[in-house]
Amino acid sequence: MSRSIALLICLMGGLTMLVSPFLPMATGWANDVTDWFNILAAMAFVLGGGSLLKVQLMRLSARGPGWGYSALTLLAFIVTLWVGLGKVGVVADPSAPTVAWSGKPDDEGSAFWWIYLYVMTPITSTLFAVLAFYVASAAFRAFRAKNVEATLLLATAFVILLGRTFAGVVLTGWLPDWASGLRLENLAVTIMDVFNTAGNRAIIIGIALGVASTGIRLMLGLDRSYLGGDA
Amino acid sequence: MVLGADAGFMNPEKMLLCVVLAATCACILASMVAARAGRVPKIRRITGLEAVEEAVGRATEMGRPILFVPGIQDMDNPMTVAGITVLSRVAGTAARYDATLDVPVSRSLVMQAARESVQAAALQTGQPDWYDPERIRYITDEQFGYAAYAAGAMARDKPAACFYMGCFFAESLILAENGNAIGAIQIAGTAETAQLPFFVASCDYTLIGEEFFAASAYLSGAPDQLGTLRGQDIVKALIALVLVFGVVMATTDAFSPEPASEPTAEVAP
Repeated sequence: MSRSIALLICLMGGLTMLVSPFLPMATGWANDVTDWFNILAAMAFVLGGGSLLKVQLMRLSARGPGWGYSALTLLAFIVTLWVGLGKVGVVADPSAPTVAWSGKPDDEGSAFWWIYLYVMTPITSTLFAVLAFYVASAAFRAFRAKNVEATLLLATAFVILLGRTFAGVVLTGWLPDWASGLRLENLAVTIMDVFNTAGNRAIIIGIALGVASTGIRLMLGLDRSYLGGDA
Repeated sequence: MVLGADAGFMNPEKMLLCVVLAATCACILASMVAARAGRVPKIRRITGLEAVEEAVGRATEMGRPILFVPGIQDMDNPMTVAGITVLSRVAGTAARYDATLDVPVSRSLVMQAARESVQAAALQTGQPDWYDPERIRYITDEQFGYAAYAAGAMARDKPAACFYMGCFFAESLILAENGNAIGAIQIAGTAETAQLPFFVASCDYTLIGEEFFAASAYLSGAPDQLGTLRGQDIVKALIALVLVFGVVMATTDAFSPEPASEPTAEVAP
């Protein structure tokens, strides 16, 4: 019974989203469906937070390797939750200056804003910066000229790399105007605009059709794996 | 909802798109009905999905866990739904081999869906005790926080097989390179075109775009689901024909001589 209700909700939600771009009257319905999903996701966050707390508390009580990290995670979780819910350091909104809690929790100057700006942002930026090294190591492996295809890939990568830097202009800037298409910066543009775009569009068309097909399978209840299958 | 008095029943600007979408859906549905009637299409082997058994078997032999990452988006993203479908297959195989499966997730709803899916797979393989909900746990919604956890889990637990199936952004390479560094067999699947090159460079097998969405039909083997894939291919062939026609027309137009301009009448002074 519950599975049938879930499938019915999926069908109704899917149909609403499907027709909303074409029927002006359905635009509001699609927004309602999106709002319901957001409410559901926000409610489910309690489950996620509960799971996080449970796992970390279990690690802490077992005193296994790395239990200190669990303690730190719990501390950060509780402090951020308290700071956010309690609106610590939030200045009252000018529209309601007498109500102390009228400001937003992430307003400039609040404790939540401070944590985000001086703790979260530097940490995530650091991790993002590490990507440069991962790109280098992946490129080193991918561009080994082991066969014809890999050699072509390597050559193309070199053209793009040089063409997108000043080195390309220095190396091939001497070519006359009638051969300007062979200048590295122009070759790089041609490769990106013609070959890369063509390949990308082919993949995107396939993806669009795949999404349509998956949507039909889900709405008709043919694919129920996201509900735990037929069990 | 407020409906303006001048709002028509249909949006005329999107009429053509509506017709194309309706034709696509009709083609997919017709192929599905044909497959149900017995005309089941033959599907080529998708090596990335065939390798699931090999990867899980390897992890079992080595006595090391399997890591499954279902992307960083919520259940409203079709890639996440496709990832959960593959998870169900991986979980079934892992339950049969009694291998350890870890599924860290970055969305609470995905955690619930993954738990349902893994539990059902364990029941279907006759191993209900194998299912441990604590192995499917929520980490954080934060993109790089999640990536840091997954990279750390790889360094600590050294999983023998890593699956990345879902929607990924910049964290894709962090995950795939860490998995590569520990020597895990890696299978990825995504429809994020910007992340595909990273997975291809770092993983052993990659499900590219539509292959990833075809996974559920491929794995189920159900005729009506396989039929939808044929419908997809028919529409793709039609799109290719339209593209070729457009290219021919544009090329012809580019090489055709300019039409003579109308002589302008002389204006008497």
